[in-house]
Amino acid sequence: MVSIENLHKKFNKNVVLNGIDLSIIEGGIFAILGPNGSGKTTLIKSILGMVIPNKGTINVLGENIKNSSHYRHKIDYLPQIANFPSNLKVKELIKMIKDLRSHTNEDQRLIQLFKLAPFLDKKLGNLSGGTKQKVNLVLTFMFDSPLIILDEPTTGLDPIALIRLKDLIQTEKDKGKTILITSHIMSFVEEVSDEIVFILEGQIYFKGSILELKNKTNQSDFEHAIASILTNNHA
Amino acid sequence: MLKILKYSFFDLMRSRWSYVYFAFYLLLGIVLLFLNNDLSKAVITLMNVIIVLVPLIGTIFGVMYYYNSKEFTELLLAQPLKRSSIFLGQYLGVAISLSMSLILGLGIPFIAYGLFKSNAIWDFSLLLITGIFLTLIFTALAFNIALSNENKIRGFAYAILLWLFLAIIYDGIFLMSLILFEDYPLDKLSLIGTMLNPIDLSRTLILLKLDISALLGYTGAVFKKFFGTNLGLIISFIMLSLWVILPVLRITFKSKKKDF
Repeated sequence: MVSIENLHKKFNKNVVLNGIDLSIIEGGIFAILGPNGSGKTTLIKSILGMVIPNKGTINVLGENIKNSSHYRHKIDYLPQIANFPSNLKVKELIKMIKDLRSHTNEDQRLIQLFKLAPFLDKKLGNLSGGTKQKVNLVLTFMFDSPLIILDEPTTGLDPIALIRLKDLIQTEKDKGKTILITSHIMSFVEEVSDEIVFILEGQIYFKGSILELKNKTNQSDFEHAIASILTNNHA
Repeated sequence: MLKILKYSFFDLMRSRWSYVYFAFYLLLGIVLLFLNNDLSKAVITLMNVIIVLVPLIGTIFGVMYYYNSKEFTELLLAQPLKRSSIFLGQYLGVAISLSMSLILGLGIPFIAYGLFKSNAIWDFSLLLITGIFLTLIFTALAFNIALSNENKIRGFAYAILLWLFLAIIYDGIFLMSLILFEDYPLDKLSLIGTMLNPIDLSRTLILLKLDISALLGYTGAVFKKFFGTNLGLIISFIMLSLWVILPVLRITFKSKKKDF
């Protein structure tokens, strides 16, 4: 699905990704974890072509993504902070993205699911953080792409929306899609993900199931297992 | 690209500033024509205003639009769109909406005055064409500056400095060098000097067409002597086109390498 070889990226002198090798098979939910500033978002943005790597190759669905934009038809991306043009109305934004990508009717179902109907005529600048995130989710899930990338999907969501999101992720997984998630909410990661990829100082520190991680760190609790990696490496 | 262009254009058309800009030209056109009663004098006054104001507005609008639509751009970058079409679409959206304000703002009073019946129609058209060129050039330069500077304040400062340099300081330095080296033959130097500044180039172009030798100045006279009126016009147009093409090429080049 996604294969990354020897990926390097630095911003000025700040080395963010330092030789990442990662291959993600088709189907399943993969959580990309790591401390703040470990390069999770940079890695995701490299896959999306928003960040241009200094070195290394990325293949998405067997296609080298360098200088290509067409492959993004096969990716649904949920950005980290829902920064939308503030003078646009919600329904205008949805219409615009549909116009730019492809036609879909899924948006109606998602609008209902997240109870966004009363906000459709409001400007995005006037929405609360949680509501913006719901709009963000609608924009991401309304297309039927084989690869879904979610950057901190739980930010600002209320418990009901969170349950809906988990259901949504599960349904997409059952369709055989590949889903990449980053999150700092460990309970969420533990609940949804099949496999985790742990990034530390720009390299893959661990890749495997949660059980394997627990065994490796001798911790019975997932959150403590993650914490032990961090303390052992920064001590 | 056309879709991006469409969204940027309508986004700007809804903005208050496009109307302010339009209203300014409308007012300027009406005042100049109906209080002045002399069409060719009105064209010259307009030229002086356009040559300074259009670059200023083009630079400021360009930088402002780029920084303000950063979020929009990031949203677009994750979509299956080419980077060059995103940025060129936005650039053309800004440049075309500014040009529209200029054309409509000046065109309406001129048409109301009876432009189509007068001989000044070519002078006036040339004025508008130069205005459009200047808008295209300075918006492109502004996008270049904004693409190269993450820091908004710095971007704005560079943009204003660029305008100040090309609109005012350049002429000063140019004049000083002409005085300083007056013992040497200066034809070539002044020709090159004029071509390297789109504002000077536009001024020379309009004055050549208006055929007012008194206003041409030294460079204009050299220009005329060197190229004659017609060749001079063609060469000026080629240079103006180059001034559009090169910055636009840099936009596509720079946008391909940038991280977001």
